Amino acid sequence: MIGISLNVNQHQYHIQVSPWVSLLDALRDHLKLTGTKKGCDHGQCGACTVLCDDRRILSCLTLAVMKNGANITTIEGISGENELHPLQQSFIDHDAFQCGYCTPGQICSAVSLLKEGKAKTREEVKELMSGNLCRCGANMGIIDAIMEVKERGLYE
Amino acid sequence: MSTQPTVGKPVSRLEGKLKVTGAAKYAAEYDVPGLLHGYVVNSTITKGKIVRVDTGRAKAVNGVIEVITHQNRPKLAWFDLQYTDMDAPPGVVFKPLYDAEIKYNGQPVALVVATDFETARYAATLVSFEYEEEPFETCLDNNLEKARDAKKGFATILRPPPPKPTGDFEGAFKNAPVKVESEYWHGVEHHNPIELFATTTVYEGDGKLTIYDKTQGTINNQVFVANVFGLHFKDVRILAPFVGGAFGSGLRPQYQLFLCVMAALLLKRNVRVVLDRKQMFSFSHRPQSVQRTRFSTDENGKLTGLNHSAVSETSQFEDYTEQVVAWSHKLYPAPNTLFEYKLVPLDVHTPIDMRAPGGVTAMHAIECTMDQLAYKLNLDPLEFRLRNYAETDPSTQKPFTSKALRECYQKGAEKFGWQKRNPTPGSTIRRNKLVGYGMATGMWDAYQFPARMEAMITKEGKLVLNNAVTDIGTGTLTVMSQIAADELGLPLEDVTFNYGDSKKPFSMFQGGSSVTASTGVAIVVAAKTLKKKLFKKAAGIKNSPIAGASEEDVIFKDGNIYLRNDPTAYVSFKDIISLNNGRAIETTNMGAPDVLNLRKYSKAAHSATFVEVEVDKDLKIITVTRAVTAVAAGKIINPKTARSQILGSMVWGISKALHEETIMDEKLGKYINTNLGEYHIPVHADIHELDVIFADEKDTLINELGVKGVGEIGLVAVPAAIANAVYHATGTRITKLPIHFDELL
Repeated sequence: MIGISLNVNQHQYHIQVSPWVSLLDALRDHLKLTGTKKGCDHGQCGACTVLCDDRRILSCLTLAVMKNGANITTIEGISGENELHPLQQSFIDHDAFQCGYCTPGQICSAVSLLKEGKAKTREEVKELMSGNLCRCGANMGIIDAIMEVKERGLYE
Repeated sequence: MSTQPTVGKPVSRLEGKLKVTGAAKYAAEYDVPGLLHGYVVNSTITKGKIVRVDTGRAKAVNGVIEVITHQNRPKLAWFDLQYTDMDAPPGVVFKPLYDAEIKYNGQPVALVVATDFETARYAATLVSFEYEEEPFETCLDNNLEKARDAKKGFATILRPPPPKPTGDFEGAFKNAPVKVESEYWHGVEHHNPIELFATTTVYEGDGKLTIYDKTQGTINNQVFVANVFGLHFKDVRILAPFVGGAFGSGLRPQYQLFLCVMAALLLKRNVRVVLDRKQMFSFSHRPQSVQRTRFSTDENGKLTGLNHSAVSETSQFEDYTEQVVAWSHKLYPAPNTLFEYKLVPLDVHTPIDMRAPGGVTAMHAIECTMDQLAYKLNLDPLEFRLRNYAETDPSTQKPFTSKALRECYQKGAEKFGWQKRNPTPGSTIRRNKLVGYGMATGMWDAYQFPARMEAMITKEGKLVLNNAVTDIGTGTLTVMSQIAADELGLPLEDVTFNYGDSKKPFSMFQGGSSVTASTGVAIVVAAKTLKKKLFKKAAGIKNSPIAGASEEDVIFKDGNIYLRNDPTAYVSFKDIISLNNGRAIETTNMGAPDVLNLRKYSKAAHSATFVEVEVDKDLKIITVTRAVTAVAAGKIINPKTARSQILGSMVWGISKALHEETIMDEKLGKYINTNLGEYHIPVHADIHELDVIFADEKDTLINELGVKGVGEIGLVAVPAAIANAVYHATGTRITKLPIHFDELL
């Protein structure tokens, strides 16, 4: 067991984990932050996407011990206590999910995508969101939701 | 304030906030004290026997509590029938860890239980098995000569055997001036919801179990667990408030539930079992099928003969069947018909319904054959279908309760711009791409099952409904709340719909696009009784403002009962409850289809899909650039969630036509692309312009709500429309799904 500290959603956590525990399992099983989802544990579906030091990463492909001291933002921390992030509201407005399981990963990924500023067009947004799978087929709603926030400049 | 009706309005999902904030909890996400984690070990051979088990190394790992195999498992129910479930096909249900026999590759053979997930997973690699292998058969194509009729059983009610022949098909086909004969093939598909199958069993200590499970049927799984483990029904509670997709895979209790409950009972501890992605390919799938069609017409393009035969795989232990071959004659009239459906048992797990089971399989063959005939007749494919439009169901001669397919054709074609189509294949070129237009028709059953609804008005004057049904992402919570709000004239926020709990009154499992009709009608029936009760109480109050009025004289609105012609005279729900000594007014009622009347009709949802594809001239890469699906499915309760159902189905159609397929290594008898990197489903970059139209279809016969369900109808026509568009673009007819670009090179 190794002691590490993680700053998750601006809370400081100190936990003891085995070196092979993924950041995803550390979040879900140790910190009980189950908003981050496990869909494949292989880096193939994107459901576990979180923000680490402001970049989107796949928490299932990241060992928790590698992130000792890092700042992590999960879906539980992307907005204030009683408000929604513009992307969260836009996802609701555009019905950008059905079962909701890939949704936290989609939203975290989109938060980062907008900050990265690389995607200029709808086609580029689609391309750079393609690491996040949605089996319900809410793809159109997801991209519509992101485009609305992007076009209205509703993000930092 | 006056409450406006919500039915027909695009209400956003009521659980939306929980889903976008990560607060929605799925089966593996309940934090319970002292939780143990189970990890499944799967068979590495396809058929044979376990001759030796070594669990010693695994058990020696610090943190491992137990390793359960067939050798040390607790006693189980004796009779095969006790393992059955409401969706079990005829045959003998597969029983995990029952004995040493291996029936398919990936069969669960052990459960390692440890204090944490990583330890259980690691120890699972240390459990070793020695097998005695036997020869196996997993290839449908090599075993077609073994095709036989399916066994009949309880499940046959919903999946009747093929209809009897009519007329003289062979004679008619032989002499027909225009005819087409072709064969269609599609591979195995796995549902792959993004949420992994998972169960958390809470061992309550007094013989009671509370089980958070990934399922489409809480009561189905409750009955299963009680039967298998010899528990009282009331001591088993299945909860599934959020289900991360299922698409049919949750219609039957899956093995993680069985193993999780077994471990919890054995160890008297709380246990969680989560499958990994590879294991998501180790139970249930859409069966691969080979279909043959022979259709004939007269010189004017009127169908004269329909022959559709299909051979599908099943397991060696259960006869899973689908409705495949009956559809063409429900859609098109023809005097001579011949339908055959056979199964080939293989050494695989039993297939299970996967979104639009049978229908999407069948419609690929039927609608591609229709497309071929249209070219032979030199007719526009849409015009050809209109010439064979059935006003009544040709297979039964019964009228439809409603059928707005003609409107689907018209509105879909108009929105798509079908008239711009140049009929010659390979004639339209855009930049470096061959452009093709294709269309196809869709049809799906309109099921309704009995359901029971508990409804009550609380002391706050609000409506609470209780039912066991799940919401697997379909929008059930929202749609049920809308129906209930309108029935009682309440605003949506005054309605609470409790669901996903086997303790609540019965609903069938969530499948077959049946829930809105089934559970929705139960709401209508319960609401009517509740209104009667409320009215009776209100009218009986001393000096009641509505005294002397009859039920026809009042309206229910905004939590009050008003006199229709004097809105100043009213009694509020709150007052009624308060004068009822604060006790809620409640009722539990059964909603059921009007079987006697519906026997006189055929009932189905219809659709028409129009697709544009671009095929790269050199590389032959296929892109679905645009698609329009027009749907006739009765009344649409919520156009927002219903549209999403159709859009999602269209994505599934694109996936089926161009992407997804589980590939079997026939030498090993095992699926080889068991991960989301190699099992391809569309990503955002694959999905372009999709459009949905709902035809205005009023149906006063089908049920009290006039609804038919929208979970599957959006999918059925799409793969055929894409295959037809690929033909139109390239002049090459690919009859195998998914279509790979190399087949066009």
